[in-house]
Amino acid sequence: MYEGPVQDLIDELGRLPGVGPKSAQRIAFHLLAAEPADIARLQDALQKVKEGVVFCDVCGNVSEQATCRICRDARRDPQKVCVVEEPKDVLAIERTREFKGRYHVLGGALDPLSGIGPDQLRIRQLLSRIGEHDITEVILATDPNTEGEATATYLIRLLRDFPGLTVTRLASGLPMGGDLEFADELTLTRALSGRRAV
Amino acid sequence: MYVRQLQVVDFRSWKQADLTFEPGPCVLVGANGQGKTNLVEAIGYAATLGSHRVATDAPMIRHGAQRAIVRTAVVNEGRELTIELEITSGRANRARVNRGPVPRPRDVLGILRTVLFAPEDLALVRGDPGERRRFLDDLLVLRAPRYAGVRSDYERVLRQRNALLKSSGAARRAGSKGDIATLDVWDGHLATHGGQLLAARLDLVADLAPHVIAAYAGVAGSDTTRSAAVAYKSSIADNLEPGYGVPGGDRADPEVVADALLAAMAASRSQELERGVSLVGPHRDELELILGEAPAKGYASHGESWSFALALRLAAYELLRGEGAEPVLVLDDVFAELDQRRRTRLAEVAAGAEQVLITAAVAEDVPSELAGTRFAVADGEVRRAG
Repeated sequence: MYEGPVQDLIDELGRLPGVGPKSAQRIAFHLLAAEPADIARLQDALQKVKEGVVFCDVCGNVSEQATCRICRDARRDPQKVCVVEEPKDVLAIERTREFKGRYHVLGGALDPLSGIGPDQLRIRQLLSRIGEHDITEVILATDPNTEGEATATYLIRLLRDFPGLTVTRLASGLPMGGDLEFADELTLTRALSGRRAV
Repeated sequence: MYVRQLQVVDFRSWKQADLTFEPGPCVLVGANGQGKTNLVEAIGYAATLGSHRVATDAPMIRHGAQRAIVRTAVVNEGRELTIELEITSGRANRARVNRGPVPRPRDVLGILRTVLFAPEDLALVRGDPGERRRFLDDLLVLRAPRYAGVRSDYERVLRQRNALLKSSGAARRAGSKGDIATLDVWDGHLATHGGQLLAARLDLVADLAPHVIAAYAGVAGSDTTRSAAVAYKSSIADNLEPGYGVPGGDRADPEVVADALLAAMAASRSQELERGVSLVGPHRDELELILGEAPAKGYASHGESWSFALALRLAAYELLRGEGAEPVLVLDDVFAELDQRRRTRLAEVAAGAEQVLITAAVAEDVPSELAGTRFAVADGEVRRAG
């Protein structure tokens, strides 16, 4: 245990995701030795992230203004909407530079153990968005785990009643650049059942 | 297959140990509390990623140490593979195969296959149904490692569904509607995973049953008039095909079983909401052990219970042996518990095994057929004793 403020800082840092006690200690001593200007910049950034960042009215992504950069961009196809769990998933899909449509961020996945049901997610907003705008395709890009799959199944049930709407789910299967022999059975089973004619 | 080498660091009572084994019988002899069982426990851990003595990993790490390491070299049909497991408290365990890291520890399952018989196995006969379900599921994973994934997916969905049943049931009692629509979703997922698990268990019991009858007759011999049998008793038995889970019957179709599970869940929904738990599915099933006409639990004598537990393990061993690479047989401290004829019978089976690892407090307890290689375990050291 260190004295006073240093230990407080280590404790606070240790509460962050992915930071263990050793890392927290390293960061704390790094900060202790840093230039005051660097600290001020960090302080400033922390302040701004809480005060300056809002969530986009349309898609729920993090944004600086009432609507986010992607929802404002007229070049993007408003008829295609990709549904993801978290803002970081938007970034992941943006990195492909392949998807030219828009997004809808749910803010999580169905997770009864943590008390998260449909009302805690931005599902109602998604439904009214589809009802009000001319959307032809919804791509479900929730995580391929228990909770993400349940969320996708739930959304499929809700969305199949919309006339003229195509609902698709991201394919799951083998990673690129990998070896077939190292794929686990579940992934291989999914890849087999999702195979397509060429 | 056989274990050629076992190295442990900070595992249980061992600061360090390095043993080289040979095929055939290997006997670890030492006084109580010297750590014999800990060594075979390490081998069991490399095979199943779990201990036969406790449910959690924390006791595997030597008191005061940060992490335990278990390294085993396994020879299967002339090919040697090494498995290295690092057990760290409070963090995910890590695994390496032939020095190369694998994405998940689960990927080492299937490299080493063991059948372990220990005094704790008496709970298979006398304990809760959960003990027998675990016996079946562990055997399933040994048979086909992919069931490790099915099992953990099922358990995860089950936990989620139970949480939802609890909150929806409370909401319903308070007068609101609750999340019935999402319950349908979880029903569907539970049925998919549960269908696979249940179908595999039914097939397993159908395949295992004849081996159990034979093994019990062999172990108990002429001094018993009662014969043993096993049957799978499902919580959705009424919805299942009668030929499922019966020797010589139909192979269970996971999709048909999943549909049966869905129907059973629909039928018991209001009751499930009331109680806040999932009332049907593989987690409520039971492997029935029958002796003569009566259930073994409660009716079997101490000796009969022992024979039954031993018969279940030997049946598992015979089943796996008939289906591919011969598993390593591990007999932890069991000879002292058995009478002369059971000892002899067990020795007959064990003597035919490719490798059998035995622990005993007194060397004389081990039948002479199983002389093999001897190790003396004392004062934190293992010495080869001929």
